[in-house]
Amino acid sequence: MNFYGPRVFGRRACLMDWLRRLALSLLLVSSMALVGCASGPRSNPADPLEPFNRTMFEFNDALDRAIVKPVATGYQQVVPELARKGVGNFFNNLQDVWSVVNNLLQFKAEGAASSFMRVLVNTTAGLAGILDVASEINLERYTEDFGQTLGYWGVGPGPYIVLPVLGPSTLRDTVALPVDWRGDLVNRQEDVAVRNSLWALRVLDNRARLLRLGDMLEDAALDKYTFVRDAYLQRRRNLVYDGNPPEETEANGLSSDGQAPR
Amino acid sequence: MLPRSLRQFVAALSVSLLGLSVAPLWAADEAPDVMVLRLSTEVLDTIRSDKSLQNGELTKVVALVDRKIMPNVDFQRMTASAVGPGWRQATAEQRQRLQEEFKILLVRTYAGALNQVGDQTVAIKPLRASPDDREVLVRSEIKGRGDSIQLDYRLVKTPGQGTGWKIYNLNVLGVWLVDTYRSQFAQEIAAKGIDGLIATLAERNRANAKKG
Repeated sequence: MNFYGPRVFGRRACLMDWLRRLALSLLLVSSMALVGCASGPRSNPADPLEPFNRTMFEFNDALDRAIVKPVATGYQQVVPELARKGVGNFFNNLQDVWSVVNNLLQFKAEGAASSFMRVLVNTTAGLAGILDVASEINLERYTEDFGQTLGYWGVGPGPYIVLPVLGPSTLRDTVALPVDWRGDLVNRQEDVAVRNSLWALRVLDNRARLLRLGDMLEDAALDKYTFVRDAYLQRRRNLVYDGNPPEETEANGLSSDGQAPR
Repeated sequence: MLPRSLRQFVAALSVSLLGLSVAPLWAADEAPDVMVLRLSTEVLDTIRSDKSLQNGELTKVVALVDRKIMPNVDFQRMTASAVGPGWRQATAEQRQRLQEEFKILLVRTYAGALNQVGDQTVAIKPLRASPDDREVLVRSEIKGRGDSIQLDYRLVKTPGQGTGWKIYNLNVLGVWLVDTYRSQFAQEIAAKGIDGLIATLAERNRANAKKG
């Protein structure tokens, strides 16, 4: 399906490049499976790569505590709220562009139309996305990425994987990553310096927005790894089904409402 | 301590709420979605109107949650659900302690989230349940400027008690709280047993309280 327009898959070389990256990611994941497989009575069937994941999680957490969180905290304290809001709006606008594509892929007309209007309004009246004019006129955000698109098409999430630096993911979402990168307008910047600065700014913006949530997590979770994993998996499932996931019975026999199956 | 006028306000509100719930016996219990809307709006309004609550005085927010929300929550069921199969083997004393510690943990988490209330409003989605349902799912949305937070509740019918409905599970942004705690509790119980779980919870609550 050449929904993208001629630029991306116009050249055979681009397609081969993408396929090569896909093969690499699959190779990476299968080697992880060999190294980090869990077994034994305490292993969780939904998380077969738990040992590997826990190691990655510790690494990411350490990296976050050492570098990302302090810089994000500084960013939040130094940069005025209005400016930070503008940065957030700018990146949301770029994300909305990709959402148009994914909404179309999922045949979600309302989502596609709303996202398209948002991009149009925010890029023009909103000064390249810095002002979120679209939300003022009640144009809803329908954020969709390629992982959700695959889920919509029936691809199951696969095992939970914690990616180095990038954080929690699933097999499906990891495979979808190269496609998301293709659709990421920041990534398409030719100038390396501009691209890197934009990328770093986006990381900071996202982290700053999650600062309070992160602190709450520290207080509320008994085991941070398990909490993040379960929250992430539930949230992704919720996003794939757009807020209406089908009922699910738990492995220990209790359904999500606490009753034993009837 | 709460200023005198606020205490009077809260007292008046509690009395009026009590009046609402002790309605004539022939009056129907409040519908679950109506109750959730009323509760959420009241809590949001109370927080907005009191600066000290917004400024993150956690003990005050904890007191607010205790007063307003807890009476409408079936906490025993929440704890039983989170503890899972181990609940059946727990003694009455262990169950009591589990409930207490879990409640402190949850209230503090909820209170932490309430600190971020700005000019949000609550919107309840249409209720998809028949009048005879013993358990319902109420879906709501906290709408701020530009973003919205999905907040769902599972309620069980408790005729004659309070408003007639009690919450037993909470969903924030697609994540069911009780379910998330269930895996963590299962891990602790597998490693250290029920007493170990109680100890871990108590330890965590102590550490959190020290942080203030």
